[in-house]
Amino acid sequence: MKTSKKKVENEARRDFLKQSSVLSALVLSPGKAVKDPEWEEKVAAPFEKVSLKLEINGIKHNLTVEPRTTLLDLLREQLHLTGTKKGCDFGQCGACTVHSDGQRINSCLTLAVTEDGKKITTIEGISKGDDLHPMQEAFIKHDGFQCGYCTPGQIMSGIACIREGHADTEDEIREYMSGNICRCGAYPNIVDAIMEVKKGGQTV
Amino acid sequence: MKNKDEMIGGRMSRVDAVLKVTGQATYFAEYEVPNLTYGVLVPSTITKGRIKNLDTKKAESAPGVLAVITHLNAPKVPAYEAQEPSKTSSGRGPGMMAFHTDEIHFNGQPIAMVVADTFERATFAASLVKADYQEEKHQTELKANLAQGKVPKTNKSLQDYQRGEKDAYKNAPVKLEEEYVLPTEVHNPMELHGILAHWEAADKITVYAKTQGVKMTQQVIADTFKLPKENVQVHSQFVGGAFGMSLRVWPHEIATILAAKKVNRPVKLVITRNEMFTIAGYRPHTHQKVGIGATKDGKIVGISHWAHVQNSNYEEFTEATVAMTKFMYRIPNVNTTYRIVPLDICSPVPMRGPGEATGAFALESAMDELSYALNVDPIELRLMNYPEKDPERDLPWSSNHVRDAYKMGADKIGWANRSNKPKSKMEDGMWVGYGMATGTFGAHRRPATARACLNADGTLLIQSAASDIGPGTGTAVVQIAAEVMGIPASKIRFELGESKLPDAPIQGGSATVASVGSAVHDACLELRQKLVELSGNALKNAKAETLVYEDGKISSPKDRSASITYTEVLKRNSLPKLEVTKESKLDEDQQKKFAMYSFSVHFVKVHVHPTTGVVKVKHAVALADAGTIVNHKTASSQMMGGAVGGIGMALTEEAIIDHRFGRYVNNNFADYHVPVNADIPDVDVLFVDKKDPYTNPMGSKGLGEIAIIGMAPAIANAVYNATGKRVRELPITPDKLI
Ligand code: FES
Ligand code: FES
Repeated sequence: MKTSKKKVENEARRDFLKQSSVLSALVLSPGKAVKDPEWEEKVAAPFEKVSLKLEINGIKHNLTVEPRTTLLDLLREQLHLTGTKKGCDFGQCGACTVHSDGQRINSCLTLAVTEDGKKITTIEGISKGDDLHPMQEAFIKHDGFQCGYCTPGQIMSGIACIREGHADTEDEIREYMSGNICRCGAYPNIVDAIMEVKKGGQTV
Repeated sequence: MKNKDEMIGGRMSRVDAVLKVTGQATYFAEYEVPNLTYGVLVPSTITKGRIKNLDTKKAESAPGVLAVITHLNAPKVPAYEAQEPSKTSSGRGPGMMAFHTDEIHFNGQPIAMVVADTFERATFAASLVKADYQEEKHQTELKANLAQGKVPKTNKSLQDYQRGEKDAYKNAPVKLEEEYVLPTEVHNPMELHGILAHWEAADKITVYAKTQGVKMTQQVIADTFKLPKENVQVHSQFVGGAFGMSLRVWPHEIATILAAKKVNRPVKLVITRNEMFTIAGYRPHTHQKVGIGATKDGKIVGISHWAHVQNSNYEEFTEATVAMTKFMYRIPNVNTTYRIVPLDICSPVPMRGPGEATGAFALESAMDELSYALNVDPIELRLMNYPEKDPERDLPWSSNHVRDAYKMGADKIGWANRSNKPKSKMEDGMWVGYGMATGTFGAHRRPATARACLNADGTLLIQSAASDIGPGTGTAVVQIAAEVMGIPASKIRFELGESKLPDAPIQGGSATVASVGSAVHDACLELRQKLVELSGNALKNAKAETLVYEDGKISSPKDRSASITYTEVLKRNSLPKLEVTKESKLDEDQQKKFAMYSFSVHFVKVHVHPTTGVVKVKHAVALADAGTIVNHKTASSQMMGGAVGGIGMALTEEAIIDHRFGRYVNNNFADYHVPVNADIPDVDVLFVDKKDPYTNPMGSKGLGEIAIIGMAPAIANAVYNATGKRVRELPITPDKLI
């Protein structure tokens, strides 16, 4: 079972590689027809889906996605993991922060296909059942949010901030958390929450 | 035993905190609806004129596209046909009729919506729509059009005002006359705007909206499509910030509803961050002039305040820019003038501290300037002109503890370290400045209804169609119910954000706790009364207010053994539940007897770099005289958030239009700078925390608006104290200081 599945995937991957080189050859070749976006879209249609393996919050997913789908839209629109938020879609706000192999990334700036084989952790994956992650607890205790929309991104960034070793002082936290905008203005409370987790010394 | 943190005045954590930190809170775009499709808007690329030709063929034939909706093929909208887009629900309707005519009112106005089966496909196809226009000359610049200013027809309170002698400041021994400019600022909540529209039948629609009032949205949609109200259902349980932008229904919401009709499937529209600037309102660019004059010993004799406010060309928007000037200080001669300037741009919409935040920048900067002209401490000047009662309406204040707030704030910031001479203090190689300013906003209360339902298991369900855009409405309401009923917060659930629930007003004007909280308070009182009547034991003859309600039981204060649990009452009467629905509102007489206002005072200490002119707020103190503080934890966050917004207003925020094209050039977060974590210092929040005897049963006054009002002038005043440079045009960017 396992092997046959793998085989199918490998074939799919080979197909994709073949197809995509055909496609890029077409796109790269000069000529009016290729520049016509409608035509380009039509050519693209049969090649649209790419297979992709992701482990998300400990669960393995075998997916097919369009190459242009961002990790953020994949999570929100196809997998209904809507805890990860879209605040700008331009890499300017941090609302979409997730961990990829433990590192924080802006999922809106990440094409899903580029994450093939990676382990993704989202806000839905950090608590153990009803036991909240220490960062979640600290955000509640220090009221590190109001509307809650930036919060998943802040929490994922806050955890990474400690892991990176960038949470030794309040000023350092302020600096390394400045990629996550909170329009409700909970910044001082966010700093307090991260500082408390850092001082608590738990592994995050 | 009552848990103090769960009572009024406690520090309970938010009731929805776990949902928010685990990603389980569901915002409008996150509802799973079968057969969902995605809408993407196509913006106009001109600023004024008409659409001559619209080529949608390519988009229509692109993969996955279900329809391209334009003015040429959109289903008819009854209210648009009757030419009454704004009339719906007292001006909260869409105002501009998207997809109804070929007219272009502003750059970026939606001219088409592409609906496709995926977001990616809709986005791509939207790039294929091409338009030809018949372009007309546009006007987007406020300064060049001040002469076009008009007296607003729709808001009587903003017509010219005069008390005493006109322009009396001109004859005062010490006087000044200055202009103050506020740029366009954009709400930019983190959650993008949009709507998910689903026609369940030809005449029945359900929407998931980002709204500050589900009842308002319901009414507007019902009026726009001429449907019975009950055929329109609105869900909006979580709102990712709004700050005023969701106080109306926008044209793109109606457009999405049209699209859903056209494709006969649910359509979701989430607008882009760029579109958050162009099609969903802003705080209007405003030119103000203030003339103020005083005697040599600091008594203000006259003030004049003029405001010219950016507007759209298709409806009137007004806000109380000049209101505070009429009553904040005891001044015998006052006149104000408010003009709206129609331009080819989207309409403004109230933004946190609407009007007052803009007006306070002018008034509180002018007060500071006057204090230097008189060589008195700015707090001293304010105290000398403190009004014992409201000078505008000649009424006593319901409560006014501004003087206490001045004292508390001055102590906290270390005002004693301030020098009255600018540019006289340095610290770590930086100029140091201290500044302060006052803010105010009406303490409003609107009619609201709440349902309180006690279940057989002793849990309490509270329902009201309120919104919670972030302040913590749900938490405050649960505390109010816990206090009145003597039921632990863990057994109380509050349902909000659904149009089917009992009436609640919009969440605007800092009035939700005062309105909805009062309704919950009154409903619980009545529920208690009913329980006493049904108790069937010795207590039933006692007056309800003389009894003790604790731990889910009623007891007599004299004889604690004479007690009965609520569940027992229900059981004895074979009731599965006991329910009360109650409307509550401010008694109108009370309103005529007192001037009801919240007040804030902001203090800041800034550092200014001597060569680069970079301003850094080092410490901020935000104080509120907002009556009883229902929840200190959430209220403190709300004040802090306002202070953060004020720092943005003062130092970085400015939406810039290239007037040659009438188009924004910085409509994204990389170029329009909202404060980030590194911009924000320690913010100390202090409350006077004295109950207002008249506003509502809790004695609270609103907090959301005053949190920002006065912060920007406090910073401008501190920058002057540091550098001797008076910046009268926000934001205070380094170029203005070097
Ligand atoms: S949504 Fe990704 S950074 Fe804003
Ligand atoms: S909590 Fe609202 S944006 Fe951060």
